[in-house]
Amino acid sequence: MRLTCTVNGTEQEVDDVWEGESLLYVLRERMGLPGSKNACEQGECGSCTVYLDGLPVCACLVAAGQAEGRQVGTVEGLADADALHPVQQAFVDAGAVQCGFCTPGLLVATHDLITRTGRPSDAETREALAGNLCRCTGYEKILDAVRLAADRMGGDR
Amino acid sequence: MSTPTRTPTGAPAHLTGPGSGGVGDSAQRPDGVLKVRGEFAYGSDLWMEDMLWGVTLRSPHPYARVVAIDTSAAAQLPGVHAVLTSEDVPGEKVYGLELADQPVLAVDVVRYQGEPVALVAADHPDTARRAAALIRVDYEVWEPVTDARTALGHPTTDALHESDAEVTELSRESAHLHPEGNLVRHLKVRTGDPQPTAEVVVVGEYEVGMQDQAFLGPESGLAVPADDGGVELYVATQWLHVDQRQICSALALPPEQVRLTLAGVGGAFGGREDLSMHVHACLLALRTGRPVKMSYNREESFFGHVHRHPATMRYEHGATRDGQLVYVKAAIWFDGGAYASSTPAVVGNGGTMGIGPYVVPNVHVDCYGAYTNNPPCGAMRGFGSVQTAFAYESQMDALAAELGMDPVELRCRNAMEQGSATPTGQVIDSPAPVAELLRRLEAMPLPAEADGEVDLRHMPGGVSNTTHGEGVRRGVGYAVAYKNVAFSEGYDDHSTARVRLEVVGGEPTATVHTAAAEVGQGLVTVEQQIARTELGVEQVTVHPKDTTVGSAGSTSASRQTYVTGGAVKAACEAVRGQLLARAERLVGRPVPDLRLAGGQVVSDAEEIAVPLADLLGGEAVEETVQWRHRPTEAIDPETGQGFAHVQYAFSAHRAVVDVDTELGLVKVVEMACTQDVGKAVNPQAVVGQIHGGTAQGLGLAVMEEILIRDGKVVNPSFTDYLIPTILDMPPMRVEVLEYADPHAPYGLRGVGEAPNISSGPAVLAAIRAATGLPLARVPVRPEHLTGTS
Ligand code: FES
Ligand code: FES
Repeated sequence: MRLTCTVNGTEQEVDDVWEGESLLYVLRERMGLPGSKNACEQGECGSCTVYLDGLPVCACLVAAGQAEGRQVGTVEGLADADALHPVQQAFVDAGAVQCGFCTPGLLVATHDLITRTGRPSDAETREALAGNLCRCTGYEKILDAVRLAADRMGGDR
Repeated sequence: MSTPTRTPTGAPAHLTGPGSGGVGDSAQRPDGVLKVRGEFAYGSDLWMEDMLWGVTLRSPHPYARVVAIDTSAAAQLPGVHAVLTSEDVPGEKVYGLELADQPVLAVDVVRYQGEPVALVAADHPDTARRAAALIRVDYEVWEPVTDARTALGHPTTDALHESDAEVTELSRESAHLHPEGNLVRHLKVRTGDPQPTAEVVVVGEYEVGMQDQAFLGPESGLAVPADDGGVELYVATQWLHVDQRQICSALALPPEQVRLTLAGVGGAFGGREDLSMHVHACLLALRTGRPVKMSYNREESFFGHVHRHPATMRYEHGATRDGQLVYVKAAIWFDGGAYASSTPAVVGNGGTMGIGPYVVPNVHVDCYGAYTNNPPCGAMRGFGSVQTAFAYESQMDALAAELGMDPVELRCRNAMEQGSATPTGQVIDSPAPVAELLRRLEAMPLPAEADGEVDLRHMPGGVSNTTHGEGVRRGVGYAVAYKNVAFSEGYDDHSTARVRLEVVGGEPTATVHTAAAEVGQGLVTVEQQIARTELGVEQVTVHPKDTTVGSAGSTSASRQTYVTGGAVKAACEAVRGQLLARAERLVGRPVPDLRLAGGQVVSDAEEIAVPLADLLGGEAVEETVQWRHRPTEAIDPETGQGFAHVQYAFSAHRAVVDVDTELGLVKVVEMACTQDVGKAVNPQAVVGQIHGGTAQGLGLAVMEEILIRDGKVVNPSFTDYLIPTILDMPPMRVEVLEYADPHAPYGLRGVGEAPNISSGPAVLAAIRAATGLPLARVPVRPEHLTGTS
């Protein structure tokens, strides 16, 4: 089938998509956007988190066809050109990135959290990021990064 | 709370300093920006025009004879380019890290569920998977051997003090899974009185379940056939050269024709020490003449790498009335699963360090590794020391209870220190602040008790709303552990570094080239930091990791900062030597205080400052150095005595838990860790290792276990194999101590594993304290706490 959707603001059209392919597969293997990760492909780890019409979803659980005509946002679209989004910068500065495989999903989830809440409490952060597994950091520095990003983005609460 | 506090260090002051980007600074990782932009290329991200996808057909049976394989239907499916079986392996049919006993593809017998049997390459991963399903394999299914002691013919029930855990003969009745029998290794430690007695004796039998590394980045890589008949492999791994050796042997190609480059690694934790898709992808690429990508999904990943050995352990501790340890006897069985992998070395660690960081005059340890038909077990962070720590620390708590003594006091009274002898007769010749680690934990404030208002999010069971505090009891537990750093028992453990200094764009720039795998821990940052410190330059490029430079050894055993760090330092020193000599030639006489700093050759005494750019001009200075830590020795096979380990790492944890005693639910409220790291080369990364190690230890204590029934894995998914989420992890306090090890570069100690060892036993101790239950098995499950198991 042919799939047409908007990814990070750019119209994308791909042919020969097999019905069984997920949005994650199409992003990674057909659109040259491997930033969203494939740690489980069963909806359990959050490494594939992307925006679909503004809502964070697990791209591995979205059939490619479901994205037809919709807006997709991935980690590659968080910042323009060479700049880093404050959420990305905070993850780097706080040491929240080790192997980094969880990072793209966490960045999208954190971006969504801070956009929605301004300055989340730690308990809110833990709840919001509970679907994003990280095997390397024990999450302490991810919490540091969320606080840092919220501070820098000037959210209030 | 995650900022380290540090004690003074032995490292020279001019090497350290915030913002220097050198040794001791929390320099930022060079791959961080790529990773947050989604541009870092992990093994599973690799892509080439024209590439094919490889998949693996695996055995559904834990033990069976392969009667016949029919690949014809699979080969005929449109889109399929190759279907391979063991007949297509041109070289050695078996491989292995320490013993070559594992088939590249099943030859005639499969020995575990998930053993690779055949391969398919196709133009779409789903086509490849459908083709694999069309391969017909006829099996004659055999009864699996699923218990280590049964496999060895050892009695599975008897009290340690009755039998002294004597070795019985290998049972000739039980199936011999391998020609040499089912014993992979038996390690003995014997010191002191063989028949000791003591006033107070505690005996316990403990069990640790099978843990998975659960790295997030799947096993993956891309093999590209080369014009010279060889192959280029881009792969996520832990040790390029040991992979290369095994791939060459299977492909019957010389090393020049098997060139490896490290792809981005999404965590490792030991699970990438053995080969996974490496040979398979190369075979398919060489057969099809096309690039072949392989990337496991999560279910396959559970079958695609070795796990942490499950262990059964019987311990007997004898002490005086006032709490002095008199003897420890232990029998430890590691279930190695179907193939040896690194079981011999795991047994080495389990046995030599099996009684913990305590001084004990009389020790009698038997540590066994066995073949069974369970999934193969090998390296995982903590490597043979994690399992025994649950047992020896549980014993210390049991002894403290028996003596009516405070558990921390008992530990401190028996703690190792510098100058103490280990049970293997090794005198500890660098700081061993075991008691201080515990005392510092004790001095930390405890988290506040829940009061008044109930926030479900802080309750056991969380927002499932299972309790508002009824039946919830708090417990506090301590544990301390130690582990060897780097490879032991006489292994020629070395690393190689090539350092080049030249002027790039007017700036003196160093390039560091090693084959040391960056798996997330931050070695690439450390390599840069060392070059900055040693060469006095800011710009340091880390060359891609590949096999065009000599082996760096494995990224495991907490060894890379020590050993590859040592090699980078030595190569920098050689480069520096050349530069200083050149500067002296320029000046025309020796200048004793000549050094490199700020991109210049400087002498304060003679007020010389020559920019490196001028000194080098268009030339480059390059040095390649192979570096070794001081040698260790093989241990005596009958007594275990010998200088087995080059360095020890020490850490301790305090855990605070709330347990809903009615439902058996555990909420870890806080973890605190103290660790001696010798020298924190990158304090931020050190603390990150401690956090991550703590989390994996906590996971094993309360949730992580690969469940096996009749040799088959019951829960190969993140739905059923749980790892700690951000809700499961509590806030952590970390205190980092820096007592320099005079034998190590900068005085540093390997960091990554120790916190993974002491964390779980502290959690277990805290749960015991909360519930009053003996709890001799991890992970602790609700039914163990409610008495309904
Ligand atoms: S890859 Fe989608 S949730 Fe894990
Ligand atoms: S940084 Fe490795 S999984 Fe999170």
